[in-house]
This record gives sequence, structure tokens and C-alpha cells, in this order.
Amino acid sequence: MIFDLAFIWAGVIAFAILVYVILDGFDLGIGILFPLIRRERDRDTAMNSVAPIWDGNETWLVLGGGGLYAVFPQAYGVVLTALYAPIIAMLIGLIFRGVAFEFRWRTTRWKRVWDWSFAGGSLVAAFAQGVALGALVQGIEVADRAYAGGNWDWLSPFSLLTGAAIVVGYALLGSGWLILKTEGALREQSYRLARVLALGTVGLIGLISLITPFLNPVYLGRWFSWPAGLYSAVVPALVLWAVWYLYKGLTERRDALPFLASLALFVLSFAGLGISFYPYMVPPSLTIWDAAAPDESLAFIGWGALFLIPVILAYTSYSYWVFRGKVDPEQGYH
Amino acid sequence: MFGLDALELARIQFAFTVSAHIIFPAFSIGLASYLAVLNGLHYLTGRAVYLRVFDYWKTIFSVTFGMGVVSGIVMSYQFGTNWPVFADKTGPVLGPLLGYEVMSAFFLEAGFLGVMLFGRERVGPGLHLLATVMVALGTLMSATWILSVNSWMQTPAGYSINEVGQFVPENWWEIVFNPSFPYRLVHMVLAAYLTTALVVGGVGAWHLLRARAGREGNGGGGEGARLMFSMAMWMLITVAPLQIFVGDEHGLNTLKYQPAKLAAMEGHYETYEGGTPLILFGIPDDEAEETRYALEIPYLGSLILTRTLDGSISGLKEFPKDERPPAAIVFWSFRVMVALGFAMLGLGLWGAWARWRGRLHDSPWLLRASILMSPAGFGAVLAGWITTEVGRQPWTVYGLLRTADSVGPLEASAVGTSLLIFIGVYFALFGSGTFYILRLMNVPPDKGLDIHDIGPTRTAGITSGLAPAVLESAEDGK
Ligand code: HDD
Ligand code: HEM
Ligand code: HEM
Repeated sequence: MIFDLAFIWAGVIAFAILVYVILDGFDLGIGILFPLIRRERDRDTAMNSVAPIWDGNETWLVLGGGGLYAVFPQAYGVVLTALYAPIIAMLIGLIFRGVAFEFRWRTTRWKRVWDWSFAGGSLVAAFAQGVALGALVQGIEVADRAYAGGNWDWLSPFSLLTGAAIVVGYALLGSGWLILKTEGALREQSYRLARVLALGTVGLIGLISLITPFLNPVYLGRWFSWPAGLYSAVVPALVLWAVWYLYKGLTERRDALPFLASLALFVLSFAGLGISFYPYMVPPSLTIWDAAAPDESLAFIGWGALFLIPVILAYTSYSYWVFRGKVDPEQGYH
Repeated sequence: MFGLDALELARIQFAFTVSAHIIFPAFSIGLASYLAVLNGLHYLTGRAVYLRVFDYWKTIFSVTFGMGVVSGIVMSYQFGTNWPVFADKTGPVLGPLLGYEVMSAFFLEAGFLGVMLFGRERVGPGLHLLATVMVALGTLMSATWILSVNSWMQTPAGYSINEVGQFVPENWWEIVFNPSFPYRLVHMVLAAYLTTALVVGGVGAWHLLRARAGREGNGGGGEGARLMFSMAMWMLITVAPLQIFVGDEHGLNTLKYQPAKLAAMEGHYETYEGGTPLILFGIPDDEAEETRYALEIPYLGSLILTRTLDGSISGLKEFPKDERPPAAIVFWSFRVMVALGFAMLGLGLWGAWARWRGRLHDSPWLLRASILMSPAGFGAVLAGWITTEVGRQPWTVYGLLRTADSVGPLEASAVGTSLLIFIGVYFALFGSGTFYILRLMNVPPDKGLDIHDIGPTRTAGITSGLAPAVLESAEDGK
């Protein structure tokens, strides 16, 4: 491993994407679950539980994208052209759900329409993110610093599978969040949903983990060679540990545990992906170092990130703290 | 697709999505500062009317802001989806600036937005004021960084070019503070303030007029509407002249660094010896290389641009044909902006005169004119950006990287399809949003419906001071 600026930056971008996935994951998850929540008042509560924070959550996506443009500009161009359709679909989905947060409260007659806009947008955005992830794992062809494949290369059974996995996984995060933040009937329903979704998520993680190593010999080496495989094996072990806590949380009804355990599942799956990927930025074509911008750029923004990201984390935590505790549907803290 | 190639479709797509985006920041930059001022005045004086007007515009802000965010996220991915070559080449220079925008501006806005909109009861007035100020600061920082990026594309500085053709940073100070940046930043922020003042003034005027006609019911046309209108008129009379001055300076800067753009703005193909006229109106014709039916004022062009009577300005013919912007669009959009700027000044003067005579709030024609002018800021902002961006053509990075070389290996069908989707979705969703905003503006600011008296129906709206009953009566057109 080479500890230089490019490597550190790959870590920072990975961190931004991970934070995005777990934070926006649960609020997209609430959108995905929306059609299953039937009582009007429960929908209000579910939406209110994320209303003050969703914008901040989504900003991590902008940091992931903007950061990629800054420090791995070639990868940014290549990946976004290769994944053109899923990226556009994701953006459109995010628009539909983003405006619903405001529009839904501005009308009574059209409220249903914005409920669907919220649910449909969340579903499309989540699925598109999963498809994009799957396509990236499968690999992207590059020639002359540009994408060299066709319009539809991203579409494959594997990418559809990862799309489904992200949808189910986000829904699990969403139900965990609702268990944590609500009371009464909505919490009961979330417990029931979470059980099904937990099974689904764990099953899909297992399936994808079995397929991934065979997509690319590099991945295979990471997991099944000696001694690299030994270190890598820590990840599946921890996954089992998280699954155990998820199970405990759901059966012993400890409100915070299912959410935390599902977060852990996401972090671990992400770590597993990182192990497969390294040293690639865009497998199998660009390594981290191929794609990196010159050191001057990395250093300039590096100093800012070193100072600003902790500050961001501090006030973001503050804002979560301000809105802590169960959402009171009577108070609807707006 | 439609007989257009991928490049043309990508250009249309960029122009469409960024034009839609700028509409929201133009309003929310100004509104965020206005909210901070109102909140601050309430904090200092304790007068209820400030908080009432604050709550009123806060709701409108949150709807605007939401649309700004979603359309902005599209922008930040568009460089990669449609302009990957541009992204690869400019990334090392422009990427870090956008990165700073995300870290210092977007997070600041998003982090404090929740507290500002929903948290007053939870954090108390002091911290609530702080959150409002942070949101306003965030919008201004955002404008600063993005305009630095755009200005660098107009007047690149502080870079070198490496062996694979990427721009590489040499001097960050020169990059950030490139020659056109200070002008563009000040001009844009003033534009946002003017845009907001016109909207606020228009809404105030609307309710004052309705109150005069006896259609406002309990308390309408009262303190709140008067406050809005008065504050807006103060803004206009101070900021409109400043904007014209700054715009003039901006033009001189353009003359120095982008002479072909300036020639297009002025509609000059020829270079005049001994005194350049100012063409007021005419029809620039790039084929014939002349401006037809020109209505000219002798010497005035020289006077404005060189501050002498006989200074000469390079005409478009001095530049190779493939390095000229399309003159007609630039010429006309520039005139639209300038005309609207002078109209704003006119309205500001009228307001000042009415105030001096003590009849600011009951001059019906002034109120009507304010309503008519309320969308003028958006028009001027769009016209100004069209001047700037079309005038930069055929380059994305002025003089260095052609638009035609910035695009990626995309198929026209993909770009065309996404373009159609964007157009459909934007009109449907942002159209609905605009409708909701107009409906919120139609609610009298002094109805006394604030969050605290809604009682058990409080859950009805996350941000609103509006009970469902009001919404329904609005929906039924009552
Ligand atoms: C309320 C909005 C508004 C108003 C009243 C004006 N402008 Fe403006 N103008 C803008 C809003 C704007 C803008 C949207 O903010 C632009 C686009 C890019 C920029 O930085 O500012 C702009 C660009 C722009 C440019 C282009 C510079 C370039 O790209 O090279 C010039 C020369 C002027 N303006 C000059 C003026 C003058 C002489 C005005 C006097 C009446 C004026 N503007 C009024
Ligand atoms: C927000 C206000 C803006 C508006 C209304 C606007 C408008 C436009 C228009 C009309 C074009 C098309 C020009 C043509 O093809 O003839 C264009 C092109 C472009 N603009 Fe802007 N622009 C804005 C801001 C920006 C900013 C802030 C940036 C950079 C950060 C930017 C980057 C570009 C790029 C890369 C193109 C390339 C496409 C092309 O040149 O055709 N624009 N813009
Ligand atoms: C091509 C150029 C542009 C890009 C890539 C871009 C990107 C973005 C993004 C990603 C957001 C959402 C931030 C969030 O998640 O909170 C946003 C919002 C915003 N943008 Fe842009 N933007 C562009 C042009 C502009 C221009 C020209 C201005 C103003 C001068 C501007 C000012 C703002 C502001 C103030 C917001 C906050 C939301 C709002 O006020 O509506 N942007 N932009």
C-alpha cells in the first residue's frame, strides 16, 4: 500500500460515499416503505422524522460527486458517461422525492400525488444507485482517457440484482429508523417489516458476496488466496456478528439496536467492496493513481477537507441532537 | 435525434438545466439574507411584526430552496454525464473550487436549514437567529465559489497545461481571484438582492391593493404588508443604481479580457476610427457581418467604454469567423438586461418620491407597477447569464478549450432522451412548485395565522403557518 495523497483521497471519497449511503439510505428507505404505511397520520410522522435532516444527508452525495470531479477527474467523467442511464434515473428520482418534502404539505387535494412522487422517486433513486454500483463492480472499459463501451453495458443480471439489494437494504435502514423514532402502531408495523427486510437483506448480501469474486480475478485473489484471504475473512465474521445483533434487536425489541445493526451491515458490506476494489478506482481500467489529479489539486483541497469535514460532522451531529428522541405526532415538531 | 447531434443536444440540455437552476438561487440568496435581517430585527426590537413576516417568507423560502437543491444536484453531475472531456481537463483546477463550495457552503446551508425551519421552539431565539444567519452565509459562500468557477472559465488564470492536456493549478490565488471574478460576484449578489426585493415588494403591493379594495378581511394590508413594501423600496433605490454602476464596470472588464464578446454585445462588426457609436437597437446578422436597421448615437460607445470621445473598440471582423459568438442572441439578451435594470431604477425612484410625499403605501399606480415588476429580476438574471455564456462561445474555457471538444463519446439518442425527460419533469414539478409559491404569496401576511395559534392542527404542515382550512379555501378559490 502506498500512503500518498491519492490514496488518502480515495479514502476520503469512499468515506463520503459511505456516509451518504447510510444517511440518505434510511431516508430513501422511508420513501420506499411509504406505500406500505397506510394511515395518513403515520405517513406524516414518518416524513417528519426526516424532514429536518434529509437535505444534509443528500449533500454527502454532492460531496462524493464534487469530490470525484476534484480529485479523480478522469474517473468522474468515465464513470458518469458509462453509467449515463442509471445516473440520470437517480437524479430524476431524487428530484421527485426531494420536492415532495415541501409540496406534500402545500395541498390537500393533491397530497396523494406527492405521496407517490416521494415513494416512486425514492424507489427509483435507490434502485438506480444499486444498478450503478453493480455495473461499476462488473467493470468499465476505458480507452484514451474516455469511456469505450456502449450505452447499455451497465445492464446485466448482476447489476439488477445489486439494484434490488440496495432497495431492500435501504428499506431495512428505513424501518430501523422508524422503530427508533416513532411510537405506537407505526413502530409495531416497522418491527414487522424489519423482520422480513432483514431476511431479505442478509440473503442478498450473501448472494452478491458469492458472485462478486468470480467477476474479476483480482477480486478472487483478494478473498481466496493466502494470506490475503485470512485478513479478508474478518469482514464476513463481523457480518455474522452484526446479523446476530440485528436478530437480538428485533426479537428483544430494543429500539436502537436494529437500526445500528443494519448500519453496521452496510459499513461492512462497503468495507468488503473496498477490499475487492483496491487498488482500482474504476475496475478493471483505472487504478487510484491513474485517475488522480495532480498533487497540487489534492493538497489544496486536502487542507480544506482536513479542517472542514470535522466541522461539518460537528454541526451535523448538533442538528441531529436538536431533533433527537421520538417524533411526537401531536407536536409534529415540524 | 431531431436532426441534432450529441453536442448540440448536450448544449441545449446544459443551458436548460442551468437556467432552471439559477432561478431558485437568484431568489433564495436574497431571501436568506432578508430572513436573517428580519430575524435579527425581531431579536433586537421584539416587535411581533418582524417575526410574522419572517414566518411568512420562511415558508416560501423552504419551497424555493427545495427546488434549488434538487436542480443543483443535477448540475453537479452534469459536468460528468455530458461533458466528460471538459471534466477531465478542468477537474484539477475547477474541481477543488466546487469541492470547497460543497464543504463550506452546501453543508452549512443544509446543516442549519432544519434548525431554522423547524427548530425555533427547540433551540430558543438566539440560536435560531444564529442558524438563520448561517443559512444566509451559506448561500453567499455558494455564490462566491460557483462564480469563481464560472469566472475562471471566462478569464482563465494561474494554470499550466500538462502532457495529457489537463489544466494544472500553478497559483491558487490567481485561479480563485481571476480577473473577472470580483465583478461577476458583486454583480450576481446584487442581482439576487434586487430579484428578491422586487418579489417582496410585489407581494406587499398586492396585499396593500387588495386591502384598499376591501378584499383582505381581518387585518390584511396591515403592518406586515406595509413593512415588506417599504423595505423593498429602500432596497431598490439603493441597490439598483449600484447595480448599474457595477454592470458598467463589469463591461469594461469584459472589453479588456473578452473583446469578441463585447463586440457582440454592442453589435459592432466594424472597428470605427475616430469615435464609436452606441447602437441602441438593430438586428445583428452574422452572415452579412453587419447590424441591420441600426439606431445609433454617435460617440456614445466610445464614451461609455473608453471614457473618451474617439476611443476605438475592436469589431467582430477583427476575430476569425470560428472564434466569434453568435451576435444576435448576445446583443438582444444584453439589451433586455439593461432595460430591466433601468426599469428597476425607475421604480426605485418612484417609490422614493412617493415616500417623500408621505404616500408610499397608498399610491395605487405605484403599487400596480410594483406588481408588474415583481418577476423582472428573474428576467434580468437569465438575460445576463445568456449574455455571459453565449458570449463566451465557441469556448468553454475562453480561448483554450472549445465547446465542441468538451463533449464526451455519447450517442445523440441518450442525450436527447434525457433532455426530453428533464424538460418534462422540470416543467411539471417546478411548475407545481411555482404554483404553490404563488398561492402562499396570496395569503395575507397579517392574518395572524402563525405557528403558535394553529393548535391541534399543527401537524398539518411541517413548516407552515397555514392551517389546512386555509389551504382548502385557497384551493376552492375562495
Ligand atoms: C437583476 C439582475 C441584473 C440587472 C438589473 C443587471 N444585470 Fe448585468 N448581469 C446579471 C444580472 C443583472 C447577472 C445574471 O448577474 C450576470 C450574468 C453573469 C454575471 O456575473 O452577472 C450579468 C452579466 C452582465 C454582463 C456580462 C459580463 C460578461 O460576462 O462578460 C455585463 C457587461 C452586465 N451584466 C452589465 C450590466 C449593466 C450595464 C446593467 C445596467 C443596467 C446590468 N448589467 C443590469
Ligand atoms: C446559473 C446561471 C447560468 C446560466 C443561466 C447559464 C446559461 C448557459 C447557457 C445559455 C449556455 C449555452 C451557451 C451556448 O451553448 O451557446 C451555457 C453553457 C455552459 N455553461 Fe453556463 N450558465 C450559468 C452558469 C454557469 C456556471 C456557474 C457554470 C460553471 C460552473 C457554467 C458552465 C457552463 C458550461 C460548462 C457550458 C457548456 C456548454 C456550452 O458551452 O454550450 N454555467 N450556460
Ligand atoms: C453549473 C453550475 C452549478 C452547479 C454545478 C451547482 C450545483 C449546486 C448543487 C449541487 C446544489 C445543491 C446543494 C445542496 O445539496 O444543498 C446547489 C444549490 C445552490 N446553488 Fe447551485 N450550482 C450551479 C450554479 C449556481 C449559480 C450560478 C449560483 C448562484 C450564483 C448557485 C447558487 C446556489 C445556491 C445559493 C444554492 C442553494 C439552494 C438554493 O438556494 O436554491 N448555483 N447548486
